[in-house]
Formats: sequence, C-alpha cells, structure tokens
Amino acid sequence: MESTAVIVTRDLTKVYGHQKAVDRLTFNIKPGEIFGFLGPNGAGKTTTLLMLLGLTEPTSGHAQVLGYEPIRDPINVKKQIGYLPENMGFYNDLNARQMLHYIAELNGLSLDIAEARINVALQEVGLSDEAEKKIGAFSRGMRQRLGIAEILIKAPKVAFLDEPTLGLDPDATNRMIELIRQISQERQMTVMLSSHLLHQAQKICHRIGIMIKGQMVAQGSMEELAQEKLGVGTEAYTLEEIYMKYFKET
Amino acid sequence: MSGIKPILKKELADHFSSYRFIILFALITMVSMITVYMVGLNIQRELNGVAKPRFVFLMLFTSSGTLFSLVDFVAFFGPLVGLILGFDTINRERNEGTLSKLLSQPIFRDTIINGKFLAGVVVIGVMISSIVLLISGLGLIVVGVIPGVEEVGRILIYLIISIVYVSFWLGIAILFSIIFRSVATSALAALAVWIFFSFFISMGANAIAGALVSDTTQDDPEVVLKQIKIQRALSLASPLILYVDATATIIDPMRKTTRTIIQMGMLEQLSMARFAGPLSLSQSFFVVLPYIVSLLAITIVSFAVSYLIFMRQEIRSI
Ligand SMILES: Nc1ncnc2c1ncn2[C@@H]1O[C@H](COP(=O)(O)OP(=O)(O)OP(=O)(O)O)[C@@H](O)[C@H]1O
Ligand SMILES: [Mg+2]
Repeated sequence: MESTAVIVTRDLTKVYGHQKAVDRLTFNIKPGEIFGFLGPNGAGKTTTLLMLLGLTEPTSGHAQVLGYEPIRDPINVKKQIGYLPENMGFYNDLNARQMLHYIAELNGLSLDIAEARINVALQEVGLSDEAEKKIGAFSRGMRQRLGIAEILIKAPKVAFLDEPTLGLDPDATNRMIELIRQISQERQMTVMLSSHLLHQAQKICHRIGIMIKGQMVAQGSMEELAQEKLGVGTEAYTLEEIYMKYFKET
Repeated sequence: MSGIKPILKKELADHFSSYRFIILFALITMVSMITVYMVGLNIQRELNGVAKPRFVFLMLFTSSGTLFSLVDFVAFFGPLVGLILGFDTINRERNEGTLSKLLSQPIFRDTIINGKFLAGVVVIGVMISSIVLLISGLGLIVVGVIPGVEEVGRILIYLIISIVYVSFWLGIAILFSIIFRSVATSALAALAVWIFFSFFISMGANAIAGALVSDTTQDDPEVVLKQIKIQRALSLASPLILYVDATATIIDPMRKTTRTIIQMGMLEQLSMARFAGPLSLSQSFFVVLPYIVSLLAITIVSFAVSYLIFMRQEIRSI
C-alpha cells in the first residue's frame, strides 16, 4: 500500500443479500487532490463512502483512511473527515449558528475556537446574514451551503461530498463547485466528490474514478482516461464522451 | 465519556421545549391533583375521632380514594410516560437524516444512546419529583399533617424506585426506536409490550397457577399456598409486579403483614396497624432491595440489546 495516500482500499466489497453493491474496489487517493467519483445510480458510490466512514461494515476487503481502519478505529477516522451526506438532515428548530455550535461541541472544540471557526465558515459559504435564521426556513441551496460550513468548522483533512450539487439550480451549482475548489485549495483539503454532473466534475477534479455496477472500471486523470479510451491526439474530448464510452462497454 | 455532554444538553432543551412534555406534564399534574384531593378528603373524614395512626402522610400516596391510589397510578401509567418520551428517539433522527450527520462526528454510537437515555431520565425525574412535591403540599393543606423524618425517607426511596421503573420503560422504547424504522411501528410495539407485561402477565399468572394446581379442595391451605407461590413466581416476570412489590413495603409499611389488606376498609386497616408493628425503614429497604436490583437488571439487559443492535446497523441517510 502506498504510504502517502490519504485513502487506500483493497478489494473492498459490500454484499446486500445476493447483490454486490461494491465489488472488489481497489483505489487510492492522494493528499490535496479532488477525486471525482462518478457512476450511474446504484453504482455503489454512497455505499463506498459509508464503508470509508465506518457507517456500514464491509463484507470483505480493507480500507484505510489516514492510516486508520474505519471499522477498528472509527473515532480517529471521523475526527479527520467531514461528510456531506446524500440527503442531508438538519435540526429544523435550530438556527444556523446553533447547528454549527452543536457540531463544534460534538467535536470537542473549545468555545473560542468554535466561535472563530463558525464566523469564518459562515463567511466562506455566504451565510453570515442568515446565521440567526431557523434552518426550517432555509432553501435547498442554503442547506447545502450550511452542510459545507459544518465540514469547515471541523477543519478536516478529508471531505466526502456525496452529490453536493443535488437539487441546486445551475447558478448555485456553479457556485458550489467553485466553493469546493476554493476550499480544497486554500485548506489543502483532500476531497472525494461523488456527482452526476460530468461537466462540473471535469472542471475541478484532478482525478476521476468511474464506477459501474459496483466496480471501478477506470481511474486516473482526464488525460489518462482520454488516452485510454479515445486514443492519443484527440483534442476536444469531454468527460462525457469518456464516461459514455465506459458506460456502453459494460 | 466524551461527547455525551452536548447530546445531553441538546436533548434536554428539546424535551423541555416540546409540546409532548408540556401536555404530558399537564395531564399527570391534573390527575394527581384530583386523586390527592379525593384521598385527602377521605382521610380527613376517616380520621375524625380516631387516634392518629402512624404514617398518615404516606396514606396520601397509598389509599385509593374513589378511583385509584397514586401508587397504582404510577404503576400503571408511569410506563406510558417512559414510552412516550422514548419511542421515536433514534428512528426520528434516522428518518430526518440527522443520524448520519451525528454519527459522522467523532463520538461513539453508544454515547448517543446514553445521552438520549440520560436526558429522558432527567425529564422523568423532574416529572415524578414535582408530582410527589405537589401531592405533599396539597396533602399538608387538606389533611393537615406534617410528615415525619421516616416518612420523608420512605417517600425519597419510593421516588428513586419510581424513576428506575419508568426509566426501564424508556429503555424499552429506545430499543424499539432502534429496531423499527417507522415511528408509528415502534410506538405500537412499545404499547403492545406494555399491555402484555402490565395486564396480560398479571392476569395470565392467575390462570396458569389455577391450571397447574388442581383446585379440588379449595380449602386445603397447602394447595392454596402452592397456587399463590406459582402465581408469584410467574408474575415476577412483569416489571409492573416488581415495581408494585418494591414500593409496597416502602411506602406502605403495614402492608407486608398480608397482601389482602387492599380489600379491607380504612378503619380496619387503622386498627390493624395498632397490633401489627410496621417494618422499620431499614428493614423495608432490605425487603425491597432484590426488587430494585431486578428492575435495574432488566433495564441493563434492554440496554445491552440496544447497544448490540445499534452498533452494527448501517446508517444511511434516506
Ligand atoms: N440497505 C440496503 N439493502 C439492500 N441493498 C442496498 C441497500 N443499500 C443500498 N443497496 C443497493 O446497493 C446498490 C448501491 O447503492 P448506492 O446507494 O451505493 O448507489 P449510488 O452509487 O450512491 O447511487 P446514487 O447515484 O443513486 O446515489 C444499489 O443497487 C442499492 O439498491
Ligand atoms: Mg448515492
């Protein structure tokens, strides 16, 4: 296993009944990179993230996050990962600031540090003016940004973002993608991003993994994938072309 | 344990600001006020011209006015309080998608259960204590007797047993909220268990005991004794019976002489008290200790099951 990798998996497998949701997945993610995790519905992307977080047990295989095994040592793993779930829930009775305070307390942050980080995070995701508003009255886009703020106050080394642009309008989608790029760069945060938006993924991901029916059919940088599928010299390629090629093959 | 404080704090805030708590509290307060008023008037009337017996004050809790005594009320409906406070503990968070957020923070899964349970216990403690205080206050006014030191001691022990008892049901409710994803299902399951243990077992025990020991000679004391023994052993499986037995000797020191005293009239009870000496506080305590331990033990068992199930559950935001 590569020692510099942030996330390493070897033959990671999850079986539900007779169905292999994740099938012998082997990949690694390097520090500071944005890894785009692409694949059709039901490919096993969320299941993979859950196994890396220790929220579900792998049927077989190994995973390591920052040197810790999620099943053996979930606390150390969760200390360093920020997670944006697919369908995020909030305590609707709390306001944004209270929600962030709760997360800070659960992470054992002292009040001073929490206050400082909360203000910075609210600023960064553009929610400073809505900090005292009940989350119940938040729009989809605001909730999504609050989810990002929750990750920021943990100051994690790694962030798992499961479809962070789900249900956002085109403008908000672009801003979210830009926000993710900015955060990752400023804070040297490794990001694992699952998405269905190929165009956006192409813009910000350093490397891409394409997952179909539980298997990682390809991984690498855009150039590498293009070379492999489209042949060298093809100038105007898009991630969409590459993706469709893999998709049709399986 | 790290991380339990924020959870406890949040859960308490949630409880005390919820309509559920307010309605429950209002309801219980109302019932206990009505009960104690009836009982108080009753006692006042009975005591007229009779030498004051010991433990008059405790009778506020034990004697049944027109409907039921307060102790009976807690025995039957206390569990409902525990169940209502707990039946949606985990599955509500699961359905709202906040559980995966909570569990992606660096806290152990059992910390979440513990924090939520502890918050519930505090709420239960507040409820029961304020009711006991309320009754004592009202009793002072209506009956006009001041409780002695021993009586206060007994009431305190009663308070603790009651909190343990209701907390046991809270634990059961939390267990169901882990097992069932649907809030309605877990409420229904909890209700079913309550009915089974509180009504079915105590009634079923009579039937089984009757069936096991043939009653050809009803008057034969040995047969009757045997029947009662079987009946008792069976009903010890019921938390309700455990609780009733545990509180009986504590709050009603005269009762242990015979269990059929419930059928006697007030004056009869009083006159009996002159002859049968009551158990001292420490004696009563030792009599009930096994019951308290049993109650604690079944609470711990329900917890162990909760941990086991919750620990390995998949937490997916739906
Ligand atoms: N609890 C479960 N029991 C049985 N099968 C499950 C369970 N959870 C997920 N699956 C199956 O596992 C497969 C992978 O699901 P997963 O949620 O990981 O897909 P995904 O790649 O995240 O899809 P999407 O893009 O739609 O979010 C699916 O076929 C799904 O039906
Ligand atoms: Mg998914």
